[in-house]
Amino acid sequence: MDHSIASIAEEQHVGGGRKEIWRVTIILTVLTLIELVLGFTMFEMNEGVGRHFVKGAIIILMLAKAFYIVAYFMHLKHELRSMILTIIVPLTLFVWFILAFLGDGDSFRNYKNKWDRGHVERSMEKMPVKTEDTHHLE
Amino acid sequence: MDTTVTTTTGMWKGGRSPFNVEYGKLMMWYFLMSDTFTFGALLIAYGTTRFATNGWPDPYIVFDKYPLSDVLGKPMPLVFVSIMTFILIISSVTMVLAVHEGHKMNRKGVAKYLVLTIIGGLAFLSCQAWEWTHLFHEGAWWGRNPFPNADGTISTTNFSNFFFTITGFHGFHVFSGVCINIIMLIMVLRGVFDRRGHYLMIEKAGLYWHFVDLVWVFVFTCFYLI
Repeated sequence: MDHSIASIAEEQHVGGGRKEIWRVTIILTVLTLIELVLGFTMFEMNEGVGRHFVKGAIIILMLAKAFYIVAYFMHLKHELRSMILTIIVPLTLFVWFILAFLGDGDSFRNYKNKWDRGHVERSMEKMPVKTEDTHHLE
Repeated sequence: MDTTVTTTTGMWKGGRSPFNVEYGKLMMWYFLMSDTFTFGALLIAYGTTRFATNGWPDPYIVFDKYPLSDVLGKPMPLVFVSIMTFILIISSVTMVLAVHEGHKMNRKGVAKYLVLTIIGGLAFLSCQAWEWTHLFHEGAWWGRNPFPNADGTISTTNFSNFFFTITGFHGFHVFSGVCINIIMLIMVLRGVFDRRGHYLMIEKAGLYWHFVDLVWVFVFTCFYLI
């Protein structure tokens, strides 16, 4: 098997090349710029349904960026399918992981707001603005 | 798939690597997968806590400072963190180029792009050091959170706890990535990979470095954008 390492080094990475690297760089840059534009629009918006749509769009763009980094920069797209599956299939656990935990967090908040009146009152208190303290620290 | 098997025996009949990936590189992939779960657990814990809390500080107010913002008197959200994001993307690109030069067995090219990648990593770490120092002086640290919620109500310390833990854990990954790249650079300059006959080690270091960039995509989105 010793000679096979060199042969693997030869065989791999048929796809790609400089052209692909620059193409992916441009895609990643553009996606980041769109994210920033969306961020600034969200900054101008008030709390509400609109903000949730922008957040959803940002998450989709984030996943697209992750895809381009993993598929092209990390070359996963050019590996054998069986090897790709050993990486991707375990990661599908995240679907359950995210849905279950965020759902739990949400229902925990709802229950607290429904049954713990003290908690609701405390979370309505305004925070005193301290400007003096920060200067002392500096 | 472009890589086809021409032998009469199948992929899994022995005598060849069934995944067509060198052992160390495959193990790097599995390490990165486990690291994904570590980061995923941290980020999901953050999300769960955020979903379970009434109100949360507005990242566009908290992270609106950059060097000179006090002098100019113009705080701007997203400016500094987008610079950090681009630094990491560019250093990822130089790392791909280093791997690419490695395929061509071009020692000088690999060394050049590794140096650029290391500079990018150090620049990112410097930015993070500035940001942490700045936030510390504003009064934020583990267990301390001076920033009110977006609606002005009292916030919990979870915001700063998660911020410093997760960006700190990511920064630690960047730091170890820079160390790995420096070791790779020394090995390249000493001609270790030329003697070995391949630059596969650069690919493994590259995978790790891209993973650091990948995690930042998620950290950047979860903490600074939404």
